[in-house]
Amino acid sequence: MNIAVLSGKGGTGKTTISTNLALLLKANYIDCDVEEPNGFIFLKPEYITKQYVEVEIPEIDEENCTLCGRCVEICKFNALAKAKDKIILFDKLCHSCGACILACPIDAIKFTKRTIGVIEQGKKGEILLKRGLLNIGEPISVPILKELLKDLPEEEINLLDSPPGTSCNVVNVLNYADIAILVTEPTAFGLHDLKMAVELVKRLNIPFGLIINKYDENNLYLKEYIEEEGIKIVGYLPYKKEIAEAYSKGKILIEEKEYKDAFKNIANNIKEVLL
Amino acid sequence: MKIALSSSGKDLNSYLDLRFGRCEYFIIYDLEKEKFKVLENKGKYSSGGAGITSAQQLIDESVDGVISNNIGPNAYELLNSSGIKMYKGKNISCKLLIESFKANELEEIKEAGPSQKGGH
Repeated sequence: MNIAVLSGKGGTGKTTISTNLALLLKANYIDCDVEEPNGFIFLKPEYITKQYVEVEIPEIDEENCTLCGRCVEICKFNALAKAKDKIILFDKLCHSCGACILACPIDAIKFTKRTIGVIEQGKKGEILLKRGLLNIGEPISVPILKELLKDLPEEEINLLDSPPGTSCNVVNVLNYADIAILVTEPTAFGLHDLKMAVELVKRLNIPFGLIINKYDENNLYLKEYIEEEGIKIVGYLPYKKEIAEAYSKGKILIEEKEYKDAFKNIANNIKEVLL
Repeated sequence: MKIALSSSGKDLNSYLDLRFGRCEYFIIYDLEKEKFKVLENKGKYSSGGAGITSAQQLIDESVDGVISNNIGPNAYELLNSSGIKMYKGKNISCKLLIESFKANELEEIKEAGPSQKGGH
């Protein structure tokens, strides 16, 4: 069972919620925000192992290349170009599709490998912690996500802490999700981006529930939309300075009784409403 | 000798488009014949690698020089490795820039400008 935690907007509390829920539910925690994974700061895994992620890129045999330019014409990602006397590869634009290899009339292109990041895996007690780290400057993170999300333990609950927004990375995470928990905050920006996230999970036909973080009962930005759409709310977290302070120190919230109760309530609601 | 200018319009009175990969048009000016032709920039429609597409278009036209403003790292590498010289233009008409080029007044671009690439 894979549960994706997502939000249209960055900074709404996905990591706070998914790390605390992972501990409470004894669920595996998978940090899918490969550009900025910070769940490990809170969960502090032990026995970390690393596995590098490689992608395939073309290598051109310059001795034999006739500069016919077919590989350049066929590349839809503009990763290849024909300079005066050689073919130049812009490896960061390459999507490893292999069209250039097929197009080459004299078999002067073969695949070689390039490292774009690393998967780290560790344990905290019984639960499995994984994250993907994209190397700085790399534009394409989907291969890391795919590697991160394949072969997750099927019999257990896996919490997938998604990247912010509704980009292709988020869609990729949702492809592995059985249910989704959306996190939002009661502000105009929160509402705007929540709408996009709701559209996305509906389009992909994934059952979902909503957690309102930084909740303040005087703040009614979300009320009308939630009622109109009939969205199920699985929990609230209050807007409190103590939470921000605990977060900034890398602390886990459920160590405090008040928050442990709030998270227990959320966990129960998830089970009731979504499972 | 042919030089290409990243242009915001289709004639010599058009101002220089300060972008390279995403400029509207390229004016290809032939200095011997004092004639020019206009190409629509194919890079404008690229989802990624716009500068590469634009540079490739100019290499295929066998130009000897390019006048633009900000040429990103990929396009710079490609033009440079094809022996095409790059010159820094300002926000003035292409006509004036060609005059400046003839008078040898344009500064040669010796390093790539900032990348403008977008994310996913």
